[in-house]
Order: sequence, then C-alpha cells, then structure tokens
Amino acid sequence: MSKASPAILPLGQDGIVVRFALYPSPEIAGAVQIFFHEAVRLAIPGVAEIAPGLTSVLLRFDPAKTSRAEAMRAVRRIAAAAGENARAPLPLRRWTIPVAFGGRYGPDLENAAEAAGVSVQAAVKDLTLTELRVLAIGFAPGQPYLGLLPKHWDFSRQAHLTPRVPAGAIGAAVRQLVLFSNNATTGWRHVGQAAFRPFQPHADTSFPLQPGDALRFVAVDHNTFETLGASSTDNGGARCEILR
Amino acid sequence: MSVQDMGRRGLTAQGLARGGAVDRRAILEATALLNAPGPVPAVEMAGKGGEFSFSIPTRVALTGAPMRAFLDDAPVAWNAAHAVRPGQRLTIGSVISGTYGYLTPARPIALSPSLGGVSAHLAAGLGRTLRTGDEVPLGNDAPPDAPPVCLAAADRFHGGMVRVMPGPQTDLFADEVRRRFFATEFRMGSRADRRGAMLIHDGQPFTTTAASGLGSDFIVPGDIQMTGNGVPFVLMAECQTIGGYPRIGTVIETDLAIVAQAAPGTVLRFAPVSLDDADRLFETEAVALERMRAIVQPLRRDPGDIGDLLRYQLIDGVTRGDDLERR
Repeated sequence: MSKASPAILPLGQDGIVVRFALYPSPEIAGAVQIFFHEAVRLAIPGVAEIAPGLTSVLLRFDPAKTSRAEAMRAVRRIAAAAGENARAPLPLRRWTIPVAFGGRYGPDLENAAEAAGVSVQAAVKDLTLTELRVLAIGFAPGQPYLGLLPKHWDFSRQAHLTPRVPAGAIGAAVRQLVLFSNNATTGWRHVGQAAFRPFQPHADTSFPLQPGDALRFVAVDHNTFETLGASSTDNGGARCEILR
Repeated sequence: MSVQDMGRRGLTAQGLARGGAVDRRAILEATALLNAPGPVPAVEMAGKGGEFSFSIPTRVALTGAPMRAFLDDAPVAWNAAHAVRPGQRLTIGSVISGTYGYLTPARPIALSPSLGGVSAHLAAGLGRTLRTGDEVPLGNDAPPDAPPVCLAAADRFHGGMVRVMPGPQTDLFADEVRRRFFATEFRMGSRADRRGAMLIHDGQPFTTTAASGLGSDFIVPGDIQMTGNGVPFVLMAECQTIGGYPRIGTVIETDLAIVAQAAPGTVLRFAPVSLDDADRLFETEAVALERMRAIVQPLRRDPGDIGDLLRYQLIDGVTRGDDLERR
C-alpha cells in the first residue's frame, strides 16, 4: 500500500476506511494528512463525515442519499487528486500552548531524551521548536496526536505502563506527542504538562483543536506554570492565531 | 440508569463516538408508540428499573427488554404506552428477558443539551447516571392525549443468530480461524456494559496473523474485537472512536440489538454476510420508524391483569343494539 493506492475497506454499513498501511510510520502519517485534506476540499455530496486517523481516513456516507458504490467512486477521485500533492496544505490556524517540562510535570523527560539520544536541553528544544500539526484526534474526546518530531524521536511506547498521567499530560513516542484529555494509563513517555485542555464539554468551544491545525509548545518555568489556570476563558494560556 | 437518545453524530474527527441507546430499536419503538414526530430521549435501565413519579400528566412508553412494571398496584403491559398522572407511582422491577429496558415520556426529557444531545456519555464526562431523588425535567408542551397503545416488538431478547459483515481487518484472520468463529456457539459473559460485551466459548482463542504494533484504527459499535488473548468482545454504543485490537467483522445494525440485549449466559452464534448483502439489509432510521408506526395498535386490557375487576365498566364487545342508527 502507498499514497497512490491505499486499501479501501468497509467499516459498518455506512462507513469506508481508506487505509494507507497496517503499521504506522511517519510517511504514512503524511499520506493520511494529504488524503484527508483533499477529501475535505472536494466536499463530496452524501459524505456525512470525514476523520483522519493514524494510518487511515474514515468516510461515513449517508445510505439515504448515496450508495457505497458512489462513495467508493468519490474515494478513488480523492485518491487520484491526493496523489498529485507532495504535502498537506498549509495550516489554517496555529496554536501556542505553554508547557512545563520535566521534573514533577514530566517525570519521563530524561528517559525520553536518552531514548532520543540527546541531552535534556536539546530534547526540550526539539519539543518547542518543532512546528507540530494535529494529525488525528481520538482515543478520548478532543485528544490530539501531534507530529512529527525529528527522526531521533522514533522510539516505541514503553512496555510497562504509567498507571496514571493527569489530564493535560504530554506524552512522547513514535515521533509524536499526545496531549491527554483525561487522566489516563499510558505507555507514552510523560515529558511535560499543559494547563490547556483539549476537551471542555461545558465551554462554548468544546473541541478547540481541529485536525490540520499547527501547534507549538512554549516552555515555561514551573512557577509560571502554576499560575496558569485551566479556565475555559483562557484555557491554560493557549493562544490561537488565524493564519488564513 | 441514564438518559439516552440516538446519540451525537458527526464528532468522530473530534474523538467523540456517537453513543446513545444501546438498543436503538427500543427508542424507535417508543417514538412510534408515542406518535412523536422524531426519536425522543428515554431513561435506559440496565437489568432493573426503579420507582418513578411524575409531577405533570404524561403518557409513557415502555420498550426494550420486558420488565415487570406496575402503575400503582396494577400491572401494566410492556411494549406499550400508558397515561400516568401526578400522584401515581410507576414501579419497574427486574427484567423478564434481555438486559436494557427503556422508559420514554411523551413530554420529552428536557435536560440542557451538551454538544447537541442529552445522552449521558460517561466515558466522555457528559451527563451522569441517574440516582434516587433525581428530578428529570420534562418539556411543557403536552402532546395530544391518546388511548393506550401497544406494538408487537421484534423478539431480540433471547439471543440467536447474528449477522456479521466483513470489516477492515477481517483479512487479518486466517480462513480456518474465520470458519471456526462462525461455527462456534458463544454465550454472553457477565461483564457487558455500554462500551461492549465479552463473549465466552469453549475452545481455542481466535488470533490473527498481524504482528504486534498493529496500528490503531477507527472502530464502530458492532465491531467484534479479539482482545489480547483472542477472546471476542463486541463493541457497543459507548465504545471509543479508535481502537487497537484486531476485529474479525462488524455485526450489522439490525442485529446489534440481539447482542446488546443478550443477558449473561444467552447463546449467540454468528453468520457471515457479504458486503453487498449487508448494504442491502441496511434500513435507515426513517424507514424503521415508519415500519414501527404501522404496527402500533390499541392496547386492550386483559381482564386477568385487572385486580379489582368489579370496579370497571367493560364496554368492549358490548353494544346497545342501536349502534348503526346512532352513527
């Protein structure tokens, strides 16, 4: 399977999964983004929902308005158009989110730096200077998977799980970062903590992040971090810049 | 026990699954019984109900798994809609068969919606379970009164054959494993909940050819996951949007209620259907609802159900003899 010829598979009686690979990789993450953005751009009638995943894109169609055969034809058109693109389109928005790295807010920062083969200082530079994109949102409502970090961050999840990381924790693995919506048990290395919450069920905007958004983490010292509330008006000091 | 409706669609890209009632048929049956224009929220009761009182008159539909139900001391029929008045007590006991029963007021449950719905989605922190003493607000508009009605609900409360369509990971299972899966008799396990149901069987687990590190991918209710030790787990309404376990196929929508309503120990078997057949079997909610509306009929009280028979004037089947002249 490749960017040019993903597998097109059924998921339930109203779903199609366009799968670029069974196993995730940075190249696959790129192909997913390109296809997803092309699918959104082409806005096929009868397609009720499109969602990017880690290795695939989900399209849900409305069987009252269209058929699977019609939706499959649309998918092939999207794949052909996507095949022409070298990269995903530029982001519409860029988020800047303050984070406390290391210490009690990121107990795994040192071992993550070691796994990446860099000093802690260089690790924090990578985590803050890389312009990340929201690749997928899932496993918990609003929970973003961000990428991609430089190649030396391609280490696997830990075999032993951390029993509890808090909401707002930032985990690192497979060249990606995850920002946990809720308390979670995880194999991702806990490198930092944000006051920002990617899911606020009772706020006006429950899901602030969108797939495709650009995002940068900004390191703040622990004292400053402790003054940032997780209030819904401010959402942990996060800023959102509209780019286009 | 929680408030459930048909769920919140369109938020998969945000990581929020549809959720809603575990047995969606029961909501549509209630909608038909109440003659409501569209699906209305219900109280979903798992295994047993409770005692309910109403501060305004309303009709109430009772659908899903049949439960022992009484209005004051009189038994009331299941798969039916009845009028209740302030001062009366509606007591719903344990299930007679199945698992999930639904109590749906004709004056719609009027909780403030979050994210466009009133369903409790506990994993997402939306809503909560109902507790003794809770007051559930109902809409002020009273739909027109109607005499009691009933319908003959499809029997989905005793297990049986469940049709499974292929999914994105069906091909990860060897032919021999799939053949064995469809030849196996399963029993519902004892730890099913709104997220999913583990099945028990005698025999070998069902494993895939995939290596560890298989990418997590989109999942839907009805997906039959093989968890780490090859034990099947059927996903239900409150599953996540993405999951990591391989799946052998997806239960088709009309048959998912058979799994959802299977009480512990209930026997289930799975039958494969082709993708084309699965698509042909798909019924939109609008079509299903029309089908149910067409089978709503007046509820005739069985005299055996009426405790103090002598107090009632039975007029069914009795004529003054001059009916034709009086029309």
